[in-house]
Amino acid sequence: MKAKIFVTLKKGVLDPQGKAIHASLTHLGIGGVEDVRVGKFMELTLKETGRDEARMRLEEACRRLLANTVIEDYRIEIEG
Amino acid sequence: MKAAVLVFPGSNCDHDAYHALKYVAGVDAEFVWHKQSSLAGFDAVVVPGGFTYGDYLRTGALAKLSPVMGAVKRFAGEGGPVIGICNGFQILLEAGLLPGAMIVNGSLHFVCDYVYLAAETSRTPFTGRIPPGSILKVPVAHYQGNYFADEKTLFSLEERGQVVFRYCTPDGRITEDANPNGSARNIAGICNEAGNVLGMMPHPERCAEAVLGSEDGRQVFDSMVSWLKERGK
Amino acid sequence: MREMPVSPERAREHGLSGEEFERIRTLLGRDPNFTELGIFSVMWSEHCSYKSSRIHLKKFPTRGPRVLQGPGENAGILDIGEGLAVSFKMESHNHPSYIEPYQGAATGVGGILRDVFTMGARPIASLDSLRFGRPDHPRTRYLVNGVVAGIAGYGNCIGVPTVGGEVSFDECYDGNILVNAFTLGIVRHERIWRGTASGVGNPVIYVGSKTGRDGIHGATMASGEFDEKSEEKRPTVQVGDPFTEKLLLEACLELMRTDAIVGIQDMGAAGLTSSSFEMASRAGTGFLMDLDRVPQREEGMIPYELMLSESQERMLIVAKKGREDEVRAIFEKWDLDVSVIGEVTGDGMGRVQWRGETVAEIPVAALTDQAPVYDRPSARPAVQDSLQSLDPAGLPAPSDLAEVWVRLMSCPEMADKKWVFRQYDHMIRTNTLVLPGSDAAVLRVKGTGKGIAMSVDCNSRYCRLDPFVGGMIAVCESARNVSCAGAEPIGLTDCLNFGNPEKPEIMWQFRSAIEGMAKACEALSVPVVSGNVSFYNETMGKGIHPTPTVAMVGLLEDASRHLVQWFDAEGDRIFLAGADRLGVHLGGSLYLREAHGKVAGTPPPVDLDHERRLQEFLRAAASDRLVSSAHDLSEGGFACALAESCITRPDGAVGARVVNPFAEAIRADFAMFSECQGVVLLSCRPAGRDALLAAARPFRITMVEVGVVGGEHIDIEGVARVGAADLHKAWREGFAKGLGLDG
Repeated sequence: MKAKIFVTLKKGVLDPQGKAIHASLTHLGIGGVEDVRVGKFMELTLKETGRDEARMRLEEACRRLLANTVIEDYRIEIEG
Repeated sequence: MKAAVLVFPGSNCDHDAYHALKYVAGVDAEFVWHKQSSLAGFDAVVVPGGFTYGDYLRTGALAKLSPVMGAVKRFAGEGGPVIGICNGFQILLEAGLLPGAMIVNGSLHFVCDYVYLAAETSRTPFTGRIPPGSILKVPVAHYQGNYFADEKTLFSLEERGQVVFRYCTPDGRITEDANPNGSARNIAGICNEAGNVLGMMPHPERCAEAVLGSEDGRQVFDSMVSWLKERGK
Repeated sequence: MREMPVSPERAREHGLSGEEFERIRTLLGRDPNFTELGIFSVMWSEHCSYKSSRIHLKKFPTRGPRVLQGPGENAGILDIGEGLAVSFKMESHNHPSYIEPYQGAATGVGGILRDVFTMGARPIASLDSLRFGRPDHPRTRYLVNGVVAGIAGYGNCIGVPTVGGEVSFDECYDGNILVNAFTLGIVRHERIWRGTASGVGNPVIYVGSKTGRDGIHGATMASGEFDEKSEEKRPTVQVGDPFTEKLLLEACLELMRTDAIVGIQDMGAAGLTSSSFEMASRAGTGFLMDLDRVPQREEGMIPYELMLSESQERMLIVAKKGREDEVRAIFEKWDLDVSVIGEVTGDGMGRVQWRGETVAEIPVAALTDQAPVYDRPSARPAVQDSLQSLDPAGLPAPSDLAEVWVRLMSCPEMADKKWVFRQYDHMIRTNTLVLPGSDAAVLRVKGTGKGIAMSVDCNSRYCRLDPFVGGMIAVCESARNVSCAGAEPIGLTDCLNFGNPEKPEIMWQFRSAIEGMAKACEALSVPVVSGNVSFYNETMGKGIHPTPTVAMVGLLEDASRHLVQWFDAEGDRIFLAGADRLGVHLGGSLYLREAHGKVAGTPPPVDLDHERRLQEFLRAAASDRLVSSAHDLSEGGFACALAESCITRPDGAVGARVVNPFAEAIRADFAMFSECQGVVLLSCRPAGRDALLAAARPFRITMVEVGVVGGEHIDIEGVARVGAADLHKAWREGFAKGLGLDG
């Protein structure tokens, strides 16, 4: 069983990397991009267990370690 | 009087802090490995700079889980003086001992350079001998020193006198140009509400001797010595 | 990957010639299998075997009263007194850095750090010599960004300050940049360790990161020319993990404080293969190794891959029998893998087992002592004569000399490198007495009054025009930089970056440069204690300028007596020491390239006897506190040296007023920008004038007083004048501007 976790900077937190990437895209002539936000993507391989159980554990993992909720939001996707 | 210098995997300013404490400020100092869970016998704690756990995941995020951090929380809760420098500051933020978080420098580059700091309060054990309004020349060296907190937190930090240092020009003006990393309101160092826990990005241990270009950082350690002496340590 | 049948064609794909393949068959008395072929190919590669360079490297002086370890080990070691020694080396990581600049440069730093702490020394400082193509070449900006970030990413994380170095640009590096990394460490004499596998029955222990398929054939890549497909070689570039290396450093130094070990070596190029065979070779022993016990990161790796992997942050240790648990405890404390993978044997054979079978069985000597050695043909290239011809009178004289002056000082070659140094942590460990930007970096040695000065140098245009003289100048200039800091040059390490040695004209450049360097080393009594050769620096048949980079190490008995290159105070008097060596020398000069678009002529002449006396005088003047600053004339000549002494000061620019030290009849642009060897700009307090002049006499150094520090302008009377603040601004902004980098 696999879980995907997306950690992104909260709205309103300045993202210097996103800003720089946005500027570079514009330089390259790739227009139409309004904003870029850079985040982290993690893939976790889990021992087989119930989805609810897994989600509960992952929520805890995100809150306590994988994301810093002062500046970051997270989203969990469980596959299979 | 004895100070603990914490050592995590990846700490790399531990020897510098030890040197400044022992050979400049004359404090008995000892390294404490991160797996230790007691700080018994210590009167002050230094969380030194470095790249604990390679800064992987987030700066300080993995170090906050070390056993010694439980002891640091208890020590701080009892009013013991704790200073986190650079990565040490980042660890204290992650551990929840200080409010806010660090993000990548606005320049997207690591920055190692001398900066000027305006001191705002002498209420902490580490700034007792630094009158508010003093200007200190101290180096920074970091990639993620861009302090962030929401408006409410920033307001409350200022309201309660928890901003200890701000980046400034050599003549003490708080300007955007004087800010090396994009920190909110030029914040370089803050303390907790009680004032006994200080976190700062600049490195006082790197400028505690005149031969190194500045000895302004020495005032931080000398303040700590006075504070402890006044309390019979 | 799977095993493949061995044939002469397969050998050729591995970079082995037909003759070399035959030699392998003779040495083994049979055909090698696939694993053995891989082992031979990396051990006999230019990178590991020095087969084309060895006979010439012997020309270097390598002995001296301070030498505790000369070439042939992981790093050289010199005694600095009080039971302490310095260990240092420089190494190239050119090809990997061109392909993937961040990781290439980062792992270059990681490798050289391991070479130094393997000897038992704690690294205290690094320098880097970086050479890129034209500032406006489309790839240059990307490479500069990546290389600088890679050096910073690795060095800052492990906590070793990068205290200086050089950053240089030339068209010849457009398709082949140079990244030469230097590290110096401090070690107590009794804690020096070497890479030796002695004591039959002693365990062979693997420590550090797990092995993956990283950089398979990195060593042979470093020994092959570039072509259009080089960028496709990306997967073979290793990825560095400075955090693991920091743990490895602390664990190794902790282990070395015990006496549980016999020898230790970094798994650098050619990984497990070179470390095991080289350690056995030094001890005259053999070994038995079981690959199943090698910690592995990936599944399904075959012996060929395990033996050739260049995964970073790994070490091989030979411990004393029965002390395995002590080793294990220390590495487990630091969360590092540790595994006993074999033992030392007495029969001179290297045997490798995998899944219960012997997969390689090679006499150690066949890979080391019996590796091929070539005396390759060399011939002075026909173009050399036309290169050296230059008619200065035919150069158009610029109408605005002040404008040319500003242009030279703000070209990326000369401009302020703060954009680079700000990204390096250059203060950590609190030893750095002179921050980046002076002729030499100076560090204190804690617990003593001593200081160490270091400088890395090479003018590759000089080497292109005359490799012999260019080689001499590289040594003289780096020694002079160290002497300008008040330190005595005690030894050097080098990175010899050249083109394809199979071409006679490249071999001529190589041997000429070495002969020039050796001559200068003899004259200045400086031994070569370590170094590295990087051949095949060519892209599509076009070679770089010969670039023998020299890193000089100097010792100050009293660190407080060090000097810097910038003027100290208004009113100080300015002198030229060695003024009789001034002359019109435009060959290979920066002025010729920047203002006239030429690399031509002959480099400035060198007088080794004068050089020696000049440097002795500089050290005496520093030691007796007779001077406030010292800066040698190099790129950009008198005008640029003067400007640098005025504007490189950390406290802001200052002006100066001087007379033209050249005869009036000489063209003004030639007087300003002629490059001379053996001339130094000094300054002293007005009251110290006579004492300084008197001090120069016993060394027979010609002193000419040229002017005084102060004012708003830098003014060479009757020749040219610029505002100090204006020049300062142009110099500060030149680097980022010239490369199109954001501030």
